[in-house]
Amino acid sequence: MGYNLAEHLYDDFIEKDRYMYIISGLGNTVLITIFALIIGVLLGVITAMIRVMYKQGSKGPVMAVLNVIAGIYLTIIRGTPTVVQLLISYFIILQNVDNGVIIAIIAFGVNSGAYVSEVFRSGIQSVDIGQTEAGRSLGLSRSQTMRKIILPQAIRNVAPAIFNEFITLLKETSVAGYVGIQDLTKGGDIIRSITLDPYPPLLLVAAIYLVMVVGMTQILHVFEQRIARKEAR
Amino acid sequence: MIEVKGLKKTFDTLNGPLEVLKGIDAEIKDGEKVAIIGPSGSGKSTFLRCLNLLEEPTAGTIIFDGQDITAKGVDIDAVRSQMGMVFQHFNLFPHLSVRENITLAPVMLKKMTQQQADEKAHELLKRVGLEEKIDSYPKQLSGGQQQRIAIVRSLAMNPKMMLFDEPTSALDPEMIGEVLDVMKEVADEGMTMAVVTHEMAFAREVADRVFFIAEGNILEQGRPEDIFDHPKNERLQEFLSKIL
Repeated sequence: MGYNLAEHLYDDFIEKDRYMYIISGLGNTVLITIFALIIGVLLGVITAMIRVMYKQGSKGPVMAVLNVIAGIYLTIIRGTPTVVQLLISYFIILQNVDNGVIIAIIAFGVNSGAYVSEVFRSGIQSVDIGQTEAGRSLGLSRSQTMRKIILPQAIRNVAPAIFNEFITLLKETSVAGYVGIQDLTKGGDIIRSITLDPYPPLLLVAAIYLVMVVGMTQILHVFEQRIARKEAR
Repeated sequence: MIEVKGLKKTFDTLNGPLEVLKGIDAEIKDGEKVAIIGPSGSGKSTFLRCLNLLEEPTAGTIIFDGQDITAKGVDIDAVRSQMGMVFQHFNLFPHLSVRENITLAPVMLKKMTQQQADEKAHELLKRVGLEEKIDSYPKQLSGGQQQRIAIVRSLAMNPKMMLFDEPTSALDPEMIGEVLDVMKEVADEGMTMAVVTHEMAFAREVADRVFFIAEGNILEQGRPEDIFDHPKNERLQEFLSKIL
């Protein structure tokens, strides 16, 4: 008994428009990734700024409380598996939210933020200390110096790492199916569970991820080269 | 203008505490230009950086323009906005144009409107001959140009006093002159200045007084002629013999 590829391809994708599981799944994956990254970057920048400014000497009760909150956030998120965080978000914290995609965006965004925070922290600290000294010597406050002088430079420094986080998120969101959210991976798996044919659906899903990741890595490469050429001028 | 009493500074290093400043008393009067010389690691930069509290003194008092700036609760940002500092490595903001470098602080600290700040930038850049660079970025400029712009950036804040931390030490020799010329002009306009420098000819020409700092103290101070031509302190004699 051979494997009739044409028959299987028809059954997996054309029959009852099953290809839509792939298409809409891909749409959800991209949606979740983009918005989770936005949330992650915002949370990451804010958290990094709090941690760095506290360490550099910003005083006051507000700063101390913020620093503790930031510390707890980082410890918990980095100390627990992403899937567990997803389950807790879906079944406990956001149980009243109907839309699975939104839950995924929030859960992956909060998760990403904890790692992006580290990227920004090191990006901020890699800005030459002379920049801070120059800013403070002019009379700018700690926060003015951070906002106008340090952060813009830090962001430029970590831009490639953030792009990488985007690529990482793209793959990470594939566990969204664990709680039934219909992303690209889940879409392929649904087809497999209907047709009992694992080859085309799962391999296609892998290929789509591969094309996206390789494509984006190439774009990043081109960007890095252009920046390197600009710097060398 | 600025008075220092019993200034001590100890750093915590990996090898234990290191006392760099051992109780300095000094005074710089309005309009005075003081050159600070001494061997490397003697504490001269640390002393200068204490004046605008970039380094926090371990002990002692600093009184600037009648105000004790080492007291608790002092608005250090406000104090620093009245003191300009020029660094050895210029520290221009690379992501901002020359114009933005100069106008950022005056506008952010509400000392002037953007338009006033732009006019001031033009005026100051003209005086140092760099007006056409106003929209350039620091990385497009030579070291000497960057340092002159760094001086302009500090002057744009209308400071009461300017601190220079080895302003020419990182420059190629042919650019040192153009920076020293700007500093001479600043001096001629009556600015109170404290300059840590190895440029002895400049010190001789411009300074009203010279501090010789070594081993954490001002071992000798006086007019340039006295310091360079008739040094009394042995350590100073040793230092001068090695560099002159």
